[in-house]
Amino acid sequence: MTDQPILVGYDGTDAAQRAVEFAGKRATAEGCAIHLVYVLEWSPYSFLSTQELEERHQRRTEELSRAEETLKPALDALNKLKIPVTSEVRYGHSGELICKIAEDKGACQIIVGRKGGSTLSARLLGSLPLTLVQASPVPVTVVP
Amino acid sequence: MFWKKTAAASAVAMMSATLPQIALAQEVGLDERINQAIAPISNVIAGTMFYSVPIAGTAFPLIVGWLVVAATIFTLYFGFVQFRRFGHAIALVKGDYSHPEDAGEVSHFQALATALSGTVGLGNIAGVAVAVSIGGPGATFWMILAGLLGMASKFTECTLGVKYRNEYEDGRVSGGPMYYLSKGLAEKGKPGLGKVLAVVFSICCIGGAVGGGNMFQANQAFQQVVNVTGGENSFLAGSGWLFGLVMAIIVGVVIIGGIKSIAKVTEKIVPIMAVIYVTAGMIIILSNITMVGDAFAQIFVGAFTGAGVAGGVIGALIQGFKRAAFSNEAGIGSAAIAHAAVRTKEPVTEGYVALLEPFIDTVVICTMTALVITISGELNSGLTGVELTSAAFASAFTWFPLILALAVVLFAFSTMLSWSYYGLKSWTYLVGEGKGKEIIFKLFFCLCVIVGASMSLGPVIDFSDSMIFAMAIPNIIGLYFLMPVVRGEVKQYWAKIESGEIKKVK
Repeated sequence: MTDQPILVGYDGTDAAQRAVEFAGKRATAEGCAIHLVYVLEWSPYSFLSTQELEERHQRRTEELSRAEETLKPALDALNKLKIPVTSEVRYGHSGELICKIAEDKGACQIIVGRKGGSTLSARLLGSLPLTLVQASPVPVTVVP
Repeated sequence: MFWKKTAAASAVAMMSATLPQIALAQEVGLDERINQAIAPISNVIAGTMFYSVPIAGTAFPLIVGWLVVAATIFTLYFGFVQFRRFGHAIALVKGDYSHPEDAGEVSHFQALATALSGTVGLGNIAGVAVAVSIGGPGATFWMILAGLLGMASKFTECTLGVKYRNEYEDGRVSGGPMYYLSKGLAEKGKPGLGKVLAVVFSICCIGGAVGGGNMFQANQAFQQVVNVTGGENSFLAGSGWLFGLVMAIIVGVVIIGGIKSIAKVTEKIVPIMAVIYVTAGMIIILSNITMVGDAFAQIFVGAFTGAGVAGGVIGALIQGFKRAAFSNEAGIGSAAIAHAAVRTKEPVTEGYVALLEPFIDTVVICTMTALVITISGELNSGLTGVELTSAAFASAFTWFPLILALAVVLFAFSTMLSWSYYGLKSWTYLVGEGKGKEIIFKLFFCLCVIVGASMSLGPVIDFSDSMIFAMAIPNIIGLYFLMPVVRGEVKQYWAKIESGEIKKVK
């Protein structure tokens, strides 16, 4: 039993689902907890129209509750496996935030899914798994 | 952002010069009828608003004095807040005081950027050219001074905009002069006066939005497009209605259809255009660095001697003050509407951030334009307005007029979007909120785009320009009453910083 949780990046996609399943097995084997992180991409330096400024707080509330709902099935599934699980929804840059949370929580490893795309944009702009592999303070597992 | 009467006049002159006679003959009927119907009313209003007194032989519009005097009073009352708290303003924009928990809410940077996209535009490009072509290089000095003073006006109105905004249950926020005038003055025991000022402000704001924030922009954008596509021989010459229709459809798709992608694209391109503009200006200035000293010498000497300028020192001063006020809108109240949406517990923080607006708009961008024009030596070419700026930049980069035309169209578009919102907020303040009522305003707004682009409506433009400056009358009266409220906010905010209750998170 270790008190270092496994950190899982989750966004409700099939890839994230696979990551959760894989993380469930690892957590059971190692007897550790799981911390699910749902990152909503956000930059405080992006440009918004006046209309968007007005509605931002309302939208944010909606986005947060939608994210919580998306997290629920994954939380339920892990609870069923008797794995201690926590979660959080955050706004920001997914790569930076996941690395930071991994440090703050003292996570033993990070598990993320990958969408399986090898499109040009993913190659040029990078993807979350690539960013994590480059920058993560702890081991990273990418689930195909 | 508006370059006013001279600009309106030159727009009319340009129009008649560029449009083929046949097209004019076709349009003259409707044009004339509208002009004749509106001219008597608009002349009275414009005449009153721009009532000028002769100072040293030059007509000085009182409304410009009203704005500059207010800016000076706020500067003194808040102890030169624009200099003392400049560093703090930068720290706030960088997010040094933004709590990570608040990520996803409107940041100080976003509120500033959106408000800036509403003011940076024609005033920075064309207005400055008008100022230095009439007032000489010395006008630049007075323009910078007025810009620096205007920072205190912005600080005052934007702090109040956040403090007295309405926060609805569904999480939306509405703020601006109509709210701080009515709620703020009610607190001061003058609910009647507050209500009247708020209503007057809203009416003027609708007029300003439809006119200066719409028709004038559409008109100028079309002129610039015609100019770069071959002037009189342009395939677009005389087809203003077509240009207006396309523009109106795009505006309609964004504000009625709620298609965010177009607004998003514009809001991404506008800052890029601004960066290209400033970079090109800086390259020209740096590659002529030996002439910069001389240019500044001309600016300073011109400011205090008024050599070769009609009206001498006073003539240069009037031009500088006028363009600064017209460009950064400090004291007009429009920015307070955009700034009110920021997520902050401390209204005064948004005031600090807002004071950067006249600095960027007037002190940085306008000064750069003035320097480029002075260095290029195009000042004595007899050109004015956009054409002068265009020629000055073309002396270094021959392809620049094309970029400038694109910039003018995009700036015009983003200014229209911003003002459609300011107008809508005033409209709903007067008639109440509701889908139907909002659609009526938005349709009317789109219609005005077509009208603005296709006609040479001098009187209409004069009228709407005066409406924008009329906004400053109720707004500044209210600001005088509410200055102590802002001072109270400042005091309690710095007490919290000193006690450590508010501290840097980065």
